[in-house]
Amino acid sequence: MSTLLEEMSATALRLGIPLGVQLDLTYRCNERCVHCYLDHNDQGEMNTAEIKDLLEQMATAGVFFLTISGGEILMRRDFFEIVEYARGLMFCVKLKTNAVMIHEAEADRIQALVPESVQVSIYSHRPEVHDAITKLPGSLKKSLAGTRLLVERGVKVIFANVLMRDNFQDYSGVQALAAEVGARYTVDPTITPMMDGDRSILNLNIERAELEQVFRDSSLLGTSAEEFCAPPSGALAEEDAMDTLPCSASHTFCYVSPYGDVYPCVQFPLPTGNVRTTRFIDIWKHSPQMNEVRSITVNDLPVCSTCSHSSGSCTRCPGLAYMEGNMRGPSSQDCEKSYARTGVVTAGMMARHGAKSSIGLVHIQGSLKPPFVAQANLSQL
Amino acid sequence: MSHVYVARAKEVAARMVGGELMILSARDSKLFSLNETATLIWEGADGATPLSEIVDQRICGGFEVDRAVAFRDAEEVVEGLAQHGILKVSNLPIEETP
Repeated sequence: MSTLLEEMSATALRLGIPLGVQLDLTYRCNERCVHCYLDHNDQGEMNTAEIKDLLEQMATAGVFFLTISGGEILMRRDFFEIVEYARGLMFCVKLKTNAVMIHEAEADRIQALVPESVQVSIYSHRPEVHDAITKLPGSLKKSLAGTRLLVERGVKVIFANVLMRDNFQDYSGVQALAAEVGARYTVDPTITPMMDGDRSILNLNIERAELEQVFRDSSLLGTSAEEFCAPPSGALAEEDAMDTLPCSASHTFCYVSPYGDVYPCVQFPLPTGNVRTTRFIDIWKHSPQMNEVRSITVNDLPVCSTCSHSSGSCTRCPGLAYMEGNMRGPSSQDCEKSYARTGVVTAGMMARHGAKSSIGLVHIQGSLKPPFVAQANLSQL
Repeated sequence: MSHVYVARAKEVAARMVGGELMILSARDSKLFSLNETATLIWEGADGATPLSEIVDQRICGGFEVDRAVAFRDAEEVVEGLAQHGILKVSNLPIEETP
């Protein structure tokens, strides 16, 4: 499947097809998670007719993978009507929910809609920890009840476990819980800034040592820790950097908010247009902001193009970089991840600490003895 | 064969990407790429039109192909798609379609 998927993605990239879209139906939510980046007040959501029209436009534009998220998607009274319409248009639908509002009837309807998967947010196997994060008493019990109803019906459920300081120690418990109820498990060790740019919630991020632990836990990786945490092989050659794209945002993927605003990605709040005034395909093809994002190759990144991680161990998110003030700059959170993963300091870390002249040295030493280099350069920071 | 009806399974997602019909089966998350003949059959698989009519109209009508060969190929395609849960096959018209 991966080969065919890669071929399809390459075709979409070549032809400028928005293969995947995340559509948030609402920012309203029945939980108040401490790390959430959304403003939960309704600022004028698209109505049912507007969303159906948007779905038709997206189907015509070639969108195949449709992630329907929120807020809590079941807060929309027309949720099932919307998903039924989307499935009628033959989208591959993935749902993101906390499952609190999923009872027998809702589980039956979701099963009938045959989503590709349902992702459920679970923060801990301990109610006191999970409920303290969601600020909804009894939420873990309800989320698990909803999950079980879906799993009983053969729906593929994935537990999404965002890690932060308050629940880091519980991830193995959530893994065990997922196995017990028949769900799959995915972990996300990154807290992202609020959509309005407020970065205060980043204080919830786990510590560097904890990140290192996550990246060395073979039960989370799906590959060997040795391979995953191998030191970077050096900066991309210039000709490769010219052709290498930072990520799929604006290339084969975009995000649409409940208010019709279109962004390169859910994590990249650069306004590119609104489907209430401009057709989706016109925003996708002609928005100057979309085109600016898709014009950027690794070669255009002044700091990252020189970084030894750019050849593979970097997971730089241009949206996080944008929220730090420069979409062509490094993302400090991703630099942290690359460092935690490999033990080799990134060019972005060096640049932030005014030690740009040492970047070349990192490359040379990093290929010889990564652990030593990491310690040596850290002492300079 | 004149009594065979085919319908698109509701468990799948589908989209034409670069002129190629891509189908994803939610049953096992497998992705398929359909060739031209299979795409024509998929498009005609409304549950109400007999397979023989789909072949006559969409394949024999558009290509220089021997009718018997076209029918035989179509049966093979349908069997393969049905095995993967992409098409439903019945000797009676199939009412429920996505």
